[in-house]
Amino acid sequence: MTAEQTTTSTPETAAARPRPPIDSSGTPLVEMRNIKVAFGGVHAVDDVSLDLYPGEVVGLVGGNGAGKSTLMKCLSGAHPPDSGQILVDGHRAEIHNPRDAKKYNIETIYQTLALADNQDAPANMFLGRELKTRMGNLDDASMEAATREVIARLNPNFQNFKSPVKSLSGGQRQAVAIARAVHFNARILIMDEPTAALGPAETAQVRDLIRQLEKEGIGIFLISHDIHDVFDLSHRIAVMYHGKIVGVVNKDEVTPDDVLGMIIMGQALEDVTTPGAAAQA
Amino acid sequence: MSDTPATPAEKAPAVGSPQPGPEPGGGTFGEFKRAGGALYRATEIDGRLLGLMIALAVAWILFDIASRVFGQGGDSIFGGSFLTPRNLFNLSVQTASVAVMATGMVLIIVSRNIDLSVGSLLGFLAMVMAIVQKEILPDLIGFDHSLTWIIALTVGLAFGAAIGAGQGFLVAYLGIPAFIVTLGGMLVWRGGAFLLASGRTIAPLDPNFSAIGGGTQGSLGRLGMDLGVGSATLSWILGIIVVIGLVLLVVMARRRRQAFDFPTRPMWAEVLIVGVGSLLVLGAVWLVNAYEWPIRVAARYAEANGIEVPEGGLILSTGIAYPVLIMIAVAAVMTWIARRRQFGRYVFAIGGNPEAAELSGINVRRTIMLTFALIGVLVAISAAITSGRLDAATNALGQWNELFVIAAAVIGGTSFAGGIGTIPGAILGALFMQTLQSGMVLIGFDTAQQNIVVGIVLVIAVGIDTAYRRRTAS
Repeated sequence: MTAEQTTTSTPETAAARPRPPIDSSGTPLVEMRNIKVAFGGVHAVDDVSLDLYPGEVVGLVGGNGAGKSTLMKCLSGAHPPDSGQILVDGHRAEIHNPRDAKKYNIETIYQTLALADNQDAPANMFLGRELKTRMGNLDDASMEAATREVIARLNPNFQNFKSPVKSLSGGQRQAVAIARAVHFNARILIMDEPTAALGPAETAQVRDLIRQLEKEGIGIFLISHDIHDVFDLSHRIAVMYHGKIVGVVNKDEVTPDDVLGMIIMGQALEDVTTPGAAAQA
Repeated sequence: MSDTPATPAEKAPAVGSPQPGPEPGGGTFGEFKRAGGALYRATEIDGRLLGLMIALAVAWILFDIASRVFGQGGDSIFGGSFLTPRNLFNLSVQTASVAVMATGMVLIIVSRNIDLSVGSLLGFLAMVMAIVQKEILPDLIGFDHSLTWIIALTVGLAFGAAIGAGQGFLVAYLGIPAFIVTLGGMLVWRGGAFLLASGRTIAPLDPNFSAIGGGTQGSLGRLGMDLGVGSATLSWILGIIVVIGLVLLVVMARRRRQAFDFPTRPMWAEVLIVGVGSLLVLGAVWLVNAYEWPIRVAARYAEANGIEVPEGGLILSTGIAYPVLIMIAVAAVMTWIARRRQFGRYVFAIGGNPEAAELSGINVRRTIMLTFALIGVLVAISAAITSGRLDAATNALGQWNELFVIAAAVIGGTSFAGGIGTIPGAILGALFMQTLQSGMVLIGFDTAQQNIVVGIVLVIAVGIDTAYRRRTAS
């Protein structure tokens, strides 16, 4: 299960560094069991089970509408499942809304970044969890100080702490969204297309950050359309197709083409790799 | 100064930054313009508020001149009747009711809702308070009891909060559009006001209660005389307290930023802001103190209290009217709520991006419901002011007020797109609306002409604001 073997396409990135193996003998950080979500008659997520261990990155891939984001919304509380169980540290977790999820230290970075556009970076970082003075007033100075500290680690060039975030660049907005998750000691981090809006340099930053977070023992679900991202960063890759999990594979045991085949055909690996059935990338 | 999360200092560079294309005035003018821009940026003043204040000053001067040309004229510096202590005192009193409600409407509109029921609710709550003080309390504690006004007001505030929360519940938890809920409320509460008193007008009200409405006898001048400290003293004391508070606020904010090593405003900018603010406050106090009691009222008061009337009549200052005090207190509290409290931050966050607010774990529904409960309370305060001023509760009280309140908030820079708006802006917006109306009365416009002008000005004001916003958006 060592990571840095052969398949990655960009040897310069952090992916090339040695990674310790994931200890999957103990209790998983998160266990999602038999999750079902239906919109009308459509089964967006159909009886899906998936787990995540501390320090592990699980990539979640699949075509549009495969159910990746919906599955993660069950975990983040944005859309509670119709049925199924979620266990955190082996205990049943009741997650009905985003507030519940935060109690279990589950943090989410949404594709849309989910920022309050007219507020500044500190207000966004602490949105829903504001620091207050003894009088119960907002402690803007302390929030700004904490924000400056966290963001300085993520993006040293970031300066606009008093501008509304809508006036910031994509990378800066991303920094705010990530800072929010990092500052509150996420143990479980859901990243929905974290690099979709970013340039190459910023993407590299996000990759380094993911490496850093996994070293701290944080479990990460990574949703991405970019198969190379997923291969660089993940330990395991879960492929979804029409609301079901087609297969969960160890990154080291497959090639990007194998995974692409699973995404497109919606079949498990052994079916895909059968001679003649291999998919064209 | 402003509640908009957008701090003008960071937005200002977009305005002041070198624009491509030829500079109209050439070198010297360009230098001057840049220097002015730097000055303006250093003060971190909200450009929209500043614009509104300038527009207000221009309107006051124009109305004063027009009142000399087209109307009776008066003894102001321009020879008109607008910039007189008497007119400006009345202007402040007439502004109070709409301004109080407009501060709440800011939060409603910021969170992407609307409240059309405030005018009718005002009529209903005024009727409730009138019935409590004139028909229920006399049976329980007797007529003219010193607690009558406070009990009536408390009942009104409780009804306002409950009705507001009820409408808010329908909007937030049942998902009925605010436009529809409050349109229904507009009809229901107007009808309710009629049924409560079977269409009667209830008058006069408890004297202490009607003092809430202002006038020469509902102001700090009268209170000072009653307390034996002189008619002008209390207003001056209050003005000085406000100035000291202003200095303390600025100093504390500066210390706090220095403690964290954050950049601060240059010292001269702080001094300028405090200086100009103090001058405005003390100027306003001087103005309302310069408005004297009508001679006959003063004579009657002197007789009743055994004061000797000097040669040339007793000259007493009116001072700050109670409704204006209430308006200032409401503005301060609402600014604190909007800027310094979690609730206010959530309201602005919801307006800016409802989905993000929900995902951040904000209880969006509860917050929305509370904004409606809050405006219900503010409507009750305005109902006390309006009925107190009229010394009567009629079932037409507050008619069309919803439109003035919404217009005041919008002229004050509140955006229907949500997430943007300021409390001081709404107060200035209310003052602007009232300025138009009072000014046109002095010129001799009739109601039809007034309506046309107000309607056109509203559209132009929002048009200018939209253009300004587009220019400053980066």
